[in-house]
Amino acid sequence: MTQAEQNPVFQLRGSMLAVTVLELEHNDLERLDWQLAAKVERAPQFFSNTPLVLALDRLPPESSELNLAALMQLCRKHGLCPLGLRATHPAHLEAAYRLNLPILPGMGAQPKTRPLPPSDESSAPKPAPPLEPVYKPARIINQPIRGGQQVYTQGDLIVLAPVSPGAELLADGNIHVYAPLRGRALAGIKGNTSAQIFCKQLAAEMLSIAGCYKVAEDLRRHPLWGEATQISLEGDTLNLRPL
Amino acid sequence: MAKIIVVTSGKGGVGKTTTSASIGTGLALRGYKTVIIDFDVGLRNLDLIMGCERRVVYDFVNVIQEDATLAQALIKDKRLENLYVLAASQTRDKDALTTEGVERVISELASNFDFVICDSPAGIEKGAHLAMYFADEAIVVTNPEVSSVRDSDRMLGLLASKSRRAELGLEPIKERLLLTRYSPDRVEKGEMLGVEDVEEILSIRLLGVIPESKSVLKASNQGIPVILDDESDAGQAYSDAVDRLLGKDVEHRFLDVKKHGFLQRIFGGRE
Repeated sequence: MTQAEQNPVFQLRGSMLAVTVLELEHNDLERLDWQLAAKVERAPQFFSNTPLVLALDRLPPESSELNLAALMQLCRKHGLCPLGLRATHPAHLEAAYRLNLPILPGMGAQPKTRPLPPSDESSAPKPAPPLEPVYKPARIINQPIRGGQQVYTQGDLIVLAPVSPGAELLADGNIHVYAPLRGRALAGIKGNTSAQIFCKQLAAEMLSIAGCYKVAEDLRRHPLWGEATQISLEGDTLNLRPL
Repeated sequence: MAKIIVVTSGKGGVGKTTTSASIGTGLALRGYKTVIIDFDVGLRNLDLIMGCERRVVYDFVNVIQEDATLAQALIKDKRLENLYVLAASQTRDKDALTTEGVERVISELASNFDFVICDSPAGIEKGAHLAMYFADEAIVVTNPEVSSVRDSDRMLGLLASKSRRAELGLEPIKERLLLTRYSPDRVEKGEMLGVEDVEEILSIRLLGVIPESKSVLKASNQGIPVILDDESDAGQAYSDAVDRLLGKDVEHRFLDVKKHGFLQRIFGGRE
């Protein structure tokens, strides 16, 4: 074997990717169709060829007759590209196998009541060592963000100047505004429910974390209106606390 | 090289053309060779405010399309030696303006003048975009009411992102706020936004506050820029604004309602 033949032509690398997971709660494709359509209408730019993992492990056990092919087609219709499946039901696993759809292991976000896979199985391959998460630096903005401007970042967004009414801040992570926040702030837009919003003066037109939102109409009655505020998601309501 | 200043607002009817005429005249009064360009192609107001409407032969679009030279199209002011106007065309629309054409005209003017004032049309479309695109400084004309403030805010965003300076990554356009049609007594009654409110929302430097005044309408109808009316508070306020534009530190007048009554302020002059 020559030296040239021994040179590797590829490398295998592990990488952590943030990906949207569609957790199906009911086997009702018709309802899913119009509910998805409504979501897409609100944020069309985030539904164009968005990679997606379909999670079927939350479906009630009696919904084994789910039409996986139809579900995939429905997702693609709304601009979502299913990459793989998270499922435990044997019928679902078999359907995925027939469609050549990879099965992904359950996520950390799974409820703790779910039994852990048996670890004493000698045939099971040893799990790969956990990979370092990819570090996404925060985006820092020093200029005022004016009405009509939209800023999106994959990590955290930090703004050190006023955010005007009509401006829109979008982040996969947290949003910090060390000045009056008069526009819209949408944190955790890819579904991160632990994302938070911090602002020095709350005067926002809309606040949203992972799709749960409050508009100015509700916010301005809150005693923290105009104050330094921390906003987090608890259950499916936004919780405001003084900073 | 001339300093290129755009007078802009987003919203219509806030006093852009009145401001362009007065600031341009004020700069010429102080000895600077100044030209004011009307970018409102299709509507044409500046020549009326400047009182030169009967002497328009060639206009901005003629120069852009090379039907006329700049020397033929520039209208010399009757009152001031070093003041010129380039009128807009009334028979065309804003599509007649091209980026290359505007650039050629502005760079030719810039080598012959001290100041080029671009009077922007309302809106954020092509005419307004080209008026601000080559600017070094911007005067954002705003009325003390919410919709005007919102439109000015939008325009400030465009100045910071869609201008030549922004696209080339040069030093950003110097933005200044000119608050017009201000009436302190209505601010006190809570019917109008105060200077501090507007300054806080827009967070840019204040160039001046022009009080609401009958002299502005009168001056427009007569075709005499209001800055030439020494008696009027609006004229004096524009004069102060021109001094500030040139770097002088002048105290703001006509803001106060606490110490003086409305009539006293009009007739009593400064604090």
